[in-house]
Formats: sequence, structure tokens, C-alpha cells
Amino acid sequence: MHETTPAKVFRIVVVAVLTVFTVVPVYVMITSAMKPLSDVQGAFTWWPSTVTFAPFVDMWKTVPLASYFVNSVIVAGAATILSLIIAVFASFAISRYRFLGRSVFSTTVLSTQMFPGVLFLLPLFLIFVNINSTVGIQLVGTRLGLVITYLTFSLPFSIWMLAGYFDGIPRELDEAAKVDGCGPMGALMRVVLPAARPGLIAVAIYSFMTSWGEVLFASVMTTDANRTLAVGLQLYSTQTNVYWNQIMAASLVVSVPVVIGFLLLQRNFVAGLTAGAVK
Amino acid sequence: MTAATATPTSNKPATPGAKKPRRPRPSGWWLPYALLAPAVVFELVIHVIPMFTGIWMSFLKLTKAFIANWGKAPVTGIKNYSVALDFNGAVGAALLQSFLITCAFTVLVVGISWILGMAAAVALQKEFWGRGFIRTLFLVPYALPMYAGIIAWKFMLQKDTGAVNHFIFDNLGIGGDKPFWLIGNNAFAAVVVVAIWRLWPFAFLMLMAGLQSIPHDVYEASAVDGAKPFRQWRSITLPMVRPVNMVLILVMFLWTFNDFNTPFVLFGNAQPPAGDLISFHIYNASFLTWNFGSGAAMSVLLLLFLLLVSGIYLSVLNRRSHRA
Repeated sequence: MHETTPAKVFRIVVVAVLTVFTVVPVYVMITSAMKPLSDVQGAFTWWPSTVTFAPFVDMWKTVPLASYFVNSVIVAGAATILSLIIAVFASFAISRYRFLGRSVFSTTVLSTQMFPGVLFLLPLFLIFVNINSTVGIQLVGTRLGLVITYLTFSLPFSIWMLAGYFDGIPRELDEAAKVDGCGPMGALMRVVLPAARPGLIAVAIYSFMTSWGEVLFASVMTTDANRTLAVGLQLYSTQTNVYWNQIMAASLVVSVPVVIGFLLLQRNFVAGLTAGAVK
Repeated sequence: MTAATATPTSNKPATPGAKKPRRPRPSGWWLPYALLAPAVVFELVIHVIPMFTGIWMSFLKLTKAFIANWGKAPVTGIKNYSVALDFNGAVGAALLQSFLITCAFTVLVVGISWILGMAAAVALQKEFWGRGFIRTLFLVPYALPMYAGIIAWKFMLQKDTGAVNHFIFDNLGIGGDKPFWLIGNNAFAAVVVVAIWRLWPFAFLMLMAGLQSIPHDVYEASAVDGAKPFRQWRSITLPMVRPVNMVLILVMFLWTFNDFNTPFVLFGNAQPPAGDLISFHIYNASFLTWNFGSGAAMSVLLLLFLLLVSGIYLSVLNRRSHRA
């Protein structure tokens, strides 16, 4: 199709402006991670005076980054898997059955999406503190407590998105499975889940990304024992020196796995998101 | 068919089955409940119980002395609410200011993010060399863990060692003193730009998916009729992506209004008044002064406001789509 000149100019301008806007912070992050400390303490430079990879080595010693990493992997992974398992069954029920209480449940799940995190943070913190003082189970400062709080955002989103995705899978497939002798659970496991794979992947990516980047709950519910990366990275600046080069190096290292994962699976993410949202 | 309740759901309105004579429960009626049970238990634990606890807390004088022993906290009735809404008092005035700043923040961030996302989606609608790469590149801010991107901005916005001041004053050679970006009134501009940087790729992602569902022939037919690109955008693209827009704008509004991460990572505990967004404000009001009752009352007020806005938004849109 013929492209008019104004359309071409528009395209070039938009792409150029947005590329600069997008790339500059990432560029600063990457180049600053390769600067010696003196570079980031003086006036800013667009290129390191000497390229060094020392920040990538030193960052593990300034703060216990490795243990934050392990905590983040365990907490985000557990929250993702748990909410995915619960959501698969709940979404299947919502998508395939009409029953009393169905709309109450789905309305509740959907409306909690709009609730501010702060609204849940204060009561959960208080409940956790009081469980500890009456029953003696410690939740504040443990990974278990953090996983429970992360479900507050990952579970409703997973249920909502998967239910939308299951709706898009033709019911004829379930029927065919039943004709072949599968029960409802057999139909779910053998037919619906394999067909919903892109949706499952999208939900898993989203849950993991959100949990990996979560700051609000982590800033209250973590102590030295279960500190995640989101809060741990802030601790570089409370040292006597602000090690900006190490902060940038650490930010880069914790970003790479999720960014690569997201960019590789983004097509699934878009498909799953639009199936869940645009109905 | 074993389970008669297992009638397939569909987008058509449910068959009016309520008035039929009562039938015996078919076998398998419990199955959806069993499937739902774990989710219901977790919803109770993570949402329903905390929410009612939060509402109850908002009527208590829940200060530091009572946090580990909430049963002893005295009931104060609506005092937390009247203090929060007394705009002549210090607490109420600060809350009102934070609320107004958050409103301005939300309008700017959602509006500009939508415009940028739409511009990028339209610019990338047609095939050109390097399109796939550009699209992936645009998604990077959204794919980065929230705090990582914001920390990079925090470094760029430092007064003496940051890239922003270096670019404006050293590279462009504009005279004058380098300003603080994270302290004082500039903090508002800083938090808006950083929030847009993070949010616009999401708008781009959703709008692009919406644009791809528009068939090419519609554009070709309108081009034959002599429609210019802008006219095509207004008369074809915009109406066709309306379902996406409805969800997108509501979701972006809720995320932005509740945004805690951007101010928290950008400012730490030194909250400048100009960047004091409402979630951050409530958090600080609760955890710096350890007055949980007051924090809970403010959260409930925030929730009521969000429910009101979302309710009006959805009912206006639904009425319009019925009329159409």
C-alpha cells in the first residue's frame, strides 16, 4: 500500500522520539555499571573513563545480594505456582459451569483488582503480628508470609485472565473428550489445559514479573532473613558511599532474566492478555 | 450427559430457568464448588478478612502501643475519619493536598501514556524494516522489574552526578544553576516522567493488539474514498479499538492512582510534598507515625473514591454502548 509523506514523517518522528526516551535510562544503567566509583561520584559522563567490570564483582559483597536473589526466586516462584494451580480450577469452574454464587465470586475477584495495595497491607501486617503474638507462628519476616501477601495481587489476576482464556476454547473440545470417556477433570487436564498453554504461560509470566518487582509488601514484610531484591537494592544507598555503579550493575543483573523471559514470550502474553481483557 | 448443571456457559443471556419447578439435584452438582473451594479459601484469607479487618481498624485508636495487642485498642468511632477529612487540620490538609497531587499525576500520566502508546501503535501498524526490533525495544521499560527502571531514573535525576542535569546544562550549554529534581517542586515533574516511561509501553502493547484485529480492507476502502491518514485514524482506528480502550483506560487509571512504587523508589523516606502520591502518603502516615487506625481510615476513603470513579466510568460507557 502506498504510504503518504506525512505518514512517513509521522512514523519516523514517533519512532525516533520514543526510542530515545526508552533507551536513555537503559543506556545509562549499562554504561554506569561499567564505571569505576570515582566516575559516578563526580559529574556525569556518557562513557566510563575506564571500562571496568569490578562493580559486577563487588556488588555481591557490599550487600548480601545472593541471598536476596534466592529469596526473590523462591517467593516469586512460589506465589506464581500457587496462584496458577488455584486459578486453573477456579477459572475452569467459572468458565464451564453455571452455579449459585458464580457471579458473586467473579465480581469479588474482579473488584479486588482495583483495590489499593495499602488497603490490604495494614490489616495483613496487623493480622500477621497478632498471629505471632497469640499462636506463635511468625509470618512477618518469613518467605511464607511474603508469599501469602503476594497472592493478593497474583491470584485475582490469574483467575480473571485464565477464565477469559478458557472461554475462548470451544466447548466442543470438552464434549469430544467426554464422548471419549473422560470425566470433567479429564477434560480439563487432557484437553483444556493443553489448548490453554499460551494463556497459562502469559499468566505465569505476569505473576512472576509482578512478584519479582513488588516493593510495597516487601518493604514492610521483610527483614534481613527474607529480604527480596526489590528492597535489597535500596540498601546500596544507605552505605557510607552511594555505590551507584554497583547499584546499576545489580539492577542490570536482576533485570536480565525477567526481561529476556518477557521478550521471548511476549506473543503469548499479548494473546493471553487480550483474550482475558477484550471480551 | 452426566452433570445436568454443567450447561455450557455462553455469551448469550442465561436461559430463564429460575421459575421452573424444582428438580432433584443432578449428580455432580458439587463439582464447580469443589473446583472453586481452594480459591474461595484463599480469597477469604487474603482479601475478604483483611478488608473487613481494615474497615474495623479504621474505627479504632490503633497506635503503636496496641499493634501487637489489638484487642485492647479503644474504639474511637468515626474520629479517624473526621480527622482525615478535616481539611483545616494538619492531617486533613496534608491528605487533601496529596489527593489533589495524585489526581493531577493520574490525569497527566494516563493521558500522555495513552497518547504515546497510540502514536507508537499507529506508527508500527504497517510493515517496515526493523519493525519487530522496535516493537521489542519499546516493551523493555515494561519488562524491566519496576524498581530497576526507577532506580536508573533516580541516578539520572541526581543534582550533581545525574545525566539529566548534565545534558541540560553541560551538553546543551544552558546557563544557570543545576536544580534538584528529587527535592522541592521539581519532584512532581520527575515522578510524572518516570511513571510515563514505565506505563506507556503497556498502552502500546494493548493498543497494538487492538489495531492488529482491524482488517486491512477497511483502510483500503476508505483510502479509495479519499480519506487521509488522520481521518482514517479518527473514523476507523479509534472506533475499532474502543473495546480495548475501555479496559485499558480503567486499568491504567487504577494502577496510576494507586502507584506506590514510583514515589517510594524515587524518593525513599524523604517524601517531597510535590511527589507525595496518595498510596505513599498513607504508607508514610501509617508506618512513620505507627498510627494504623488513621492509615486504615484513609485507605477506606481511597477505596470509596476509586469505587465511585470506576462505577461512574463503567455505567457511562455501558449506557453509551447501549445507545449506539
